Amino acid sequence: MGAQAAIELKNITKTFGSVVANKNVSLTVNRGEILSILGENGSGKTTLMNMISGIYFPDHGHILIDGKEVVIRSPRDAFEYKIGMIHQHFKLVDVFSAAENIVLGLEEKGKFNVKKSAEKIRRISEQYGFELDPKKKIYEMSVSEKQTVEIIKVLYRGADILILDEPTAVLTPQETQKLFAILRRMRDDGKAIIIITHKLQEVLALSNRVAVLRKGEYIGTVNTAETTELQLTEMMVGQKVDLNIGRSEPKDPQDRLEVKNISCINRDGVKLLDDISFTVRSGEILGIAGIAGSGQRELLESIAGLQHLNQGEILYHNPKTGKTDNLRDKTPIQIRDMGVRLSFVPEDRLGMGLVGNMDIVDNMMLRSYRKGKTAFLERKKPKDLAKKIIEELNVVTPDANTPVRRLSGGNVQKVLVGREIAASPTVLMVAYPVRGLDINSSYLIYNLLNEQKENGVAVIFVGEDLDVLVELCDRIMVVSSGRISGTVDARNTTKEEIGFLMTKNNGGDGNE
Amino acid sequence: MIIAFIQRAIVQGIPLLFGSTGEILTEKSGNLNLGTAGVMYVGGISGVIGAFLYESSVETVNPVLAVLIPILACILGSLLMGLIYSFLTVTLRANQNVTGLALTTFGVGVGNFFGGSLIKLTDSDLPSITLTQTSNCFKTTIPFADKLGWFGDIFLTYSFLAYVAIAVALAVSFWFNRTRSGLSLRAVGENPATADAAGISVSKYKYLSTCVGSIIAGFGGLYYVMDYACGIWSNDAFGDRGWLAIALVIFAIWRPNMSIIGSIVFGGLLIVHNYIPGLSFSGQELFKMAPYVVTILVLIVISMRQKRENQPPASLGLSYFREER
Repeated sequence: MGAQAAIELKNITKTFGSVVANKNVSLTVNRGEILSILGENGSGKTTLMNMISGIYFPDHGHILIDGKEVVIRSPRDAFEYKIGMIHQHFKLVDVFSAAENIVLGLEEKGKFNVKKSAEKIRRISEQYGFELDPKKKIYEMSVSEKQTVEIIKVLYRGADILILDEPTAVLTPQETQKLFAILRRMRDDGKAIIIITHKLQEVLALSNRVAVLRKGEYIGTVNTAETTELQLTEMMVGQKVDLNIGRSEPKDPQDRLEVKNISCINRDGVKLLDDISFTVRSGEILGIAGIAGSGQRELLESIAGLQHLNQGEILYHNPKTGKTDNLRDKTPIQIRDMGVRLSFVPEDRLGMGLVGNMDIVDNMMLRSYRKGKTAFLERKKPKDLAKKIIEELNVVTPDANTPVRRLSGGNVQKVLVGREIAASPTVLMVAYPVRGLDINSSYLIYNLLNEQKENGVAVIFVGEDLDVLVELCDRIMVVSSGRISGTVDARNTTKEEIGFLMTKNNGGDGNE
Repeated sequence: MIIAFIQRAIVQGIPLLFGSTGEILTEKSGNLNLGTAGVMYVGGISGVIGAFLYESSVETVNPVLAVLIPILACILGSLLMGLIYSFLTVTLRANQNVTGLALTTFGVGVGNFFGGSLIKLTDSDLPSITLTQTSNCFKTTIPFADKLGWFGDIFLTYSFLAYVAIAVALAVSFWFNRTRSGLSLRAVGENPATADAAGISVSKYKYLSTCVGSIIAGFGGLYYVMDYACGIWSNDAFGDRGWLAIALVIFAIWRPNMSIIGSIVFGGLLIVHNYIPGLSFSGQELFKMAPYVVTILVLIVISMRQKRENQPPASLGLSYFREER
């Protein structure tokens, strides 16, 4: 080959409890090249990189730098080996200037002199074409400027192996192009660059080689010049796995919820939801697929009355009265008072769904305490409900008065789903309901959802496992960067098709 | 009369300046030590104990020892308070507000217990301890100060601890802004996770700044007894100066150099009622509220202007856990 290997990973394995995050991963990064690491959510990309940068320590395997075996136990060690990682969430002090953030924690010789550091920062900026004012405070900066600070921070420390964790997730297309130009210049300068991403176009545009991970396993490395989007998608999603989740035909589907052209812009002016329209029908499970953070959360929250919308409307067709109500910008209580029976299982179970310090009975009461007629709480019914849920869903708990936070993740989820279903909803929204659950609990949840569907409930299922989405749902809507990139019939689709839609960039000007 | 007013204001302000400099140093590390009132009280009584033991063990006092012993006792006492606070909040991650308030109650209790015991020992008719000899050593001023007219009166008539207070405030201010370790400390108070990732030991900085901050605050108590009160300790005479020091931290928007000016303003506001003729008793009490009213006004103004540099350290009052998945 002739190329010089900067980092070599050999048979790296890492487990968290019983979950295998990385299994026998081996890969090589050369100096003067950009390697993309491609994989779906939860395929172990970030875990792998965290082991190189010293945040985690591998259970098995070896890391070689410049051909010599090394042990990296802390971010400091990684820095000794000139490895710099730019995390997805920036680690910066808001009220400090760029220069102050860059020199923070460094033990340079001589007097502390921000001006001298600023000079060095300017030199680095010029060398690679960054635009950065060292005196500017972080809180005055845009996301892309903050990222620049992070990159210069590792360069300032002399890093020549750079790892970027989804650097383009927060950037506009123009900023992305600028970043790519800089990365190419660094590559030409002889640095080894690893970029974690799941956007296929970027992989093809930027990298020399692509390594693909799937469910923690290393699938292979291909030269970018010799591959196609199709091949990469296939490597990424893998063979179809048969899960045997039962699925019945929708019975008498009726339009229940109509979402029309909704848009939502956050404080930084980024469009979280961009002109989204779809219909949810009764007796049907609508799956929502997408890379994490593509707007799924905002979408569900805007239906639940928790997210302010800038545009559009959400129409609910009430099966009892036959009336149609607009739910846009209503609070959850207003929505309930309108007679809309909406249940929501949010992804943040203990943050939004349940109160961790309260017991199961009290958590049941959260949904029903308003029904009481006297000033005193009525505890009998919630207690019965709690007992029923514990029994029917096999919740493992000492008793109904145990604080929810002491239960395991799967049991917490059962309590939450049980409560939401007990409210006999007409629309049931669940976000990542099986995340962190074992196989049996997962199937229990799938069966519960199917049961609801057969009872004529309109179910919205946000999931990440494509195999599950394809077998459980009736239709699958794919979102990408806050837009709908396609809706497919789950019975006649392939994982490749969904994977392709997930990584589709929608023309790329999502920020205008 | 104006010169006398300024002098009294400065003398009133110095304990607050010590207290607030110490508290600013502590708060910059993200530790909100509401125990400052207790720390200052303990600093005062520790000095009194040291001076009392020394004065009663010798015939004539050696001026150097008479100053050094109370200072050492004061450092020891307030350092202990700082250690208790750091151990509870940093190592055991106890709630900072609760710990601070408990420390105030504890400190005042300790002070009153030892104060009461010493008063009993002296068999005095008055409920106080008088340490005139020590106090005279503390109050030694520059000999030629009164020969320099108004300039000497305003600037040179104070005892050495007053100048120490100002020097410490300036030094801490310089340290925050001009040194690498000062930058690290501010990073710990603003965003401990970032500081941790940059290889800064969060616990070390929190411990050090809290303990050193407590010692500085303790000097406020010492200055109050030995200087302001002329060496006379009586229980609860210290009043609410500890809380005023905390208010001064806000008034000075977490800048020790600002708190030099702030302490004089507060000192002036505290005594201004004596200089307004014809005030009724209730009128005087109203005027004593002035420092707090001013603090509230400052809070309103800085909240409205929303300048990020003027806000308290971002992680003030929060314990730091290194997150582990």
